[in-house]
This record gives sequence, structure tokens and C-alpha cells, in this order.
Amino acid sequence: MGTSAQRLGGKNHFINRIGLTVVYAGELLRHRAYTRFLHWSYGIFFFLALLSGFGIYMPWIFRWFTPLFGGGAMTRMLHPWFGLGFVFFFGLQAINWLTEMSWGPGDTRWIRRLKDYVTHRNTTEPPDVGFFNAGQKAMFWEIVGGSVAYVITGVIMWFPEIFGRWPVAVSYIIHDISALIMLAGIFVHIYLSTIGEPGTMQAMTRGTVSEAWAWTHHPRWYNDVTGRDPVQALDAARLSQTQVPPRSID
Amino acid sequence: MSDRKTLQIQRISGHPGSVAGEGTQRQEKLCKLIDTTTCIGCKACEVACVEWNDMPFQPTMFDNTYQTMPDTNWNYWNLIKFNEVSSDDGSFQWLMRKHQCMHCADPGCLAACPADGAIVQYRNGIVDFQEENCIGCQFCVSGCPFNVPKFNPSTKKVYKCTLCSDRVGSGLEPACIKACPTGCLHFGTKDDMLQLAGRRVTQLQQHAGLKDAGIYDPQTIGGTSVVYVLHDATNPEKYGGLPKNPRIPLAFTIWKSWFKPLGLIASMMAFAGVVMHYVTEGPRRVQPQPPVKEIDGGEARKEN
Repeated sequence: MGTSAQRLGGKNHFINRIGLTVVYAGELLRHRAYTRFLHWSYGIFFFLALLSGFGIYMPWIFRWFTPLFGGGAMTRMLHPWFGLGFVFFFGLQAINWLTEMSWGPGDTRWIRRLKDYVTHRNTTEPPDVGFFNAGQKAMFWEIVGGSVAYVITGVIMWFPEIFGRWPVAVSYIIHDISALIMLAGIFVHIYLSTIGEPGTMQAMTRGTVSEAWAWTHHPRWYNDVTGRDPVQALDAARLSQTQVPPRSID
Repeated sequence: MSDRKTLQIQRISGHPGSVAGEGTQRQEKLCKLIDTTTCIGCKACEVACVEWNDMPFQPTMFDNTYQTMPDTNWNYWNLIKFNEVSSDDGSFQWLMRKHQCMHCADPGCLAACPADGAIVQYRNGIVDFQEENCIGCQFCVSGCPFNVPKFNPSTKKVYKCTLCSDRVGSGLEPACIKACPTGCLHFGTKDDMLQLAGRRVTQLQQHAGLKDAGIYDPQTIGGTSVVYVLHDATNPEKYGGLPKNPRIPLAFTIWKSWFKPLGLIASMMAFAGVVMHYVTEGPRRVQPQPPVKEIDGGEARKEN
């Protein structure tokens, strides 16, 4: 269904045998247990790295983060390991999601109509939005690129005696920029997965979403997993004079 | 310092005119002057430094020079660099330079340091590390143009020359100054040392035929509290890595002081943005799906 766990070997692959997801009537399986486990693993490491990193990033504001990790020296010692934890689990998720996240022409169109998405011009997403929309894909690839930057610059700053003075200074800036982008990203991510788009959070907790959620936010995926064409279904519904909410507010 | 202020005369009984010495200011900036032209490479300063700072002697490395070891270390803050330099005209110079912390007026280590109170600069110009506050990130190593701070992997802290801040605070000269047998090392106020250095440079130029002799007090970092007299000030690099124009990486100056706070504000705009979105546009609610003919059986199933 959703993730590329199927691609890795269908139902018999070990990934698929980790945990079962209860799918109630009217729901669809969105993220299986392995995907959810990875998400929360790198989620924890993300916040550990974020808080410890910002204690060092700007101590005159964030100095109160460092006592959480046992003082400045301990924070400095732990931060690289938090970062590696994040990159390790996110790397597994990147492999898990590689096919779902591939960019298509529909995604470019989605980005062009980003304003419509933000302003809720249409109550449902366009019919070509699949398992992930282009915004999710953009964030995913930003984290992939940012993680590569994190690892390279982080290792340089971790072992300055090997790499020397100027590589450390350059890495310092790149590491900061990557952190600032992800800090901005985490606000959007948390907002859209909780109060911004109600019904989304359960995809990463219980692993399921309602069929209506899928129809609203990911119509092509809805079509793939239910076999129902959302547009045809809507037109059919309109023709049969059933009461249906308007597809568009304008 | 407090003594000087409290014991300054304010009024004098039966005294005509103003108080003698009123309004005078004492130069507070200290300075070590190293005259490389009179250094004989005896290493007495190295020994005095190790002894005063109570650091154990360590095995040295022979690399075909008279230099004690290739570079300073976390427990070896003072090293005479022996440089054999051949000039284009076939002449040969054996240049000895006492290498230690330069105590910059604009310290790159201090600018780079993210730990509260790990690096301090005293009013007298001494830049000192407070190891108990050091977090071991080694950004100071990257910030220093002279490769001075040295990391101790076992304590995970960084160490360097203190200009004997403990001795200076008690009115003594640094240990290296006390040990120098040739008078190559001087210690005093910055003004006095620059004056002394200037006289020596004039002497070298006029009587020793060293036209390029000069003072090394690099202004790119606001000057230093350790000043050299060099035979050839036009090319300090040949004294074993003394940069002509030492610079602090922009990462620790403009980036750290300006772009970091601005970047943080820019990132926090995303938070403001989602709050504004929730208030103005509101959440995107799930729309009921079109009616479907076949409805799944009403039982929960398990999938993976």
C-alpha cells in the first residue's frame, strides 16, 4: 500500500512483519508500524539535536537548554551523537520512502499552485495528488540534502584537528543554515500534521487515516487503494442528485 | 588598580593651584616585546613556562632542527621556532622566534567561543582561558589566526599561554621574561614596548644594515599584546608561520554576531506564519467523500 516496504519484498519481508496495524471500518492503512517507528525515532533525535545544538548556537538566548543535557561540555559531547541518531533513522526512512517521494510533473504543478493550497482555494486536493503531495516531497528532499550537509560539516567540526581551521569556519555557517531551515520546517510540519489538517496525526500514531481524509488530501492515493475514482465518484454523486458538498468554494 | 584609585590625592591642604598629577591617566595595556634579533635559542623561556605553570616535561620529537617539538601543545605553551631561511642572494638566516599566544586586542578565539565565560579578556590586554567553563568544542582553534589554542583529548578542554596572568596580577613579570638571559624579552606597557621596539628597529636599520627590520603588531586584529621586532618585517611568514595579515574567519564575526540572530528570526517567522495561517485561513478540514455504493464490512481488520 503506502510505503515501499512492499517493494522490498511484499508481505514476507521482515519490515512487514514488525507490528500489525488495526484498520477500522472506513479507514485506510497509511503508515505501517516500521515507518511509524522510524518517524518517532528520528523525531526524538531531531529534538535532542535541535535543543542541544541551539544551546551552542546562541548561548546568550538558549543557554538554558544546556543544563538539560548535563551542562555545556556534556551538551557538546552529546550533540554529534544525537545528530548521528537522527541521520541514521532518517536514512532508513529515506530508503523506505524513496519511491513514494520521487518527483513527478504533477508535483511541479502542485508547487506552482502553492498559493491555492495555502489559501484553501479548493476544499480538496487536485486529483493527481498521490501518497505524498509536493510539499511533503519538498520537505523530504530538503531533509535529505540537509542531513548530508549536517554529516559532512558536522564531522569536520567534530574533528577539527584533522580538517583545519578554514573548513571548520565554513562548516560552521553551513551547519547553521541547515539547522535554521529545518527549524522553520518543523513548525510547518507540526502545524500541518496536527491542528492545520485535522485527522492527519493518527497516520503516524495508529497508522491509519479515514477514507474521507485520503479523498480530501491525497485523491490519487485514495483512488489507488480503494479503486474508486474520486472525480468520477463525485460526478456520479452529483448526477444522482445526492447531497454533496461543493468541491470548491469559489 | 583599586589601590591606585583610592590612594589618588583629591585635595591638598594649604596647597596653591591644582593637585599635582591631576587628570593623568596610566596606560593599562600590558605588552610583551620579543626582539627576535637578540634571541639565541637557549629555550630558557620554554623551561620557565613549563616550570611556572607546573606542567610535566614530555618526550620531545627530533625533526632535524633544534626546535623542541614541531608545535606547541596543550601542556607546552611556549616554543622557540627555529627557521632556516635561504634568501635569493644566497645568504642564509637562522631565525628564532618565541611562539606563544599573541593576546590579540581582537581575539578570534573569544569571538568563536560559544561557552559562557570560557574565554575572558582583561583590561590589561591578557586573553585568558577559564577551563572550568570550556565545553571542548574547539571553535577557538578555528578562530585563532596563530594556531595557539591546543586541545587536550583526555580532559576535552583547550589550553594556551595565559601571559602568566597569575604572576602579572601579583605585580610580577611573566615567567618567560624573568628567564630570558639576553634581554631579548621585555615586559611593560604597550606604549613603552612600542617605543622600545621602535628604537631597536631604528638601530637595526641604521647600524646593522637590516633595512626591512620592523615591528610586528598586526592591525588586522587590532594589534597584539605580544609584539615582535623582526629582522625582516616585510615577510613574517618565514619566521615559522607568522601571518602577515592575520584574520578571524567571517563565520565568527559577521555571521555569528549578525546573521545568526537574523537567521533565527527568519526561522521563527515560520512559527508566526503557521499561527497566522490558523487564524486567517483556518484548518483544512476533511471533506466527506462522495457516496459509494459498496461499503466495507463494519469490522476492524489488521494489516501490515
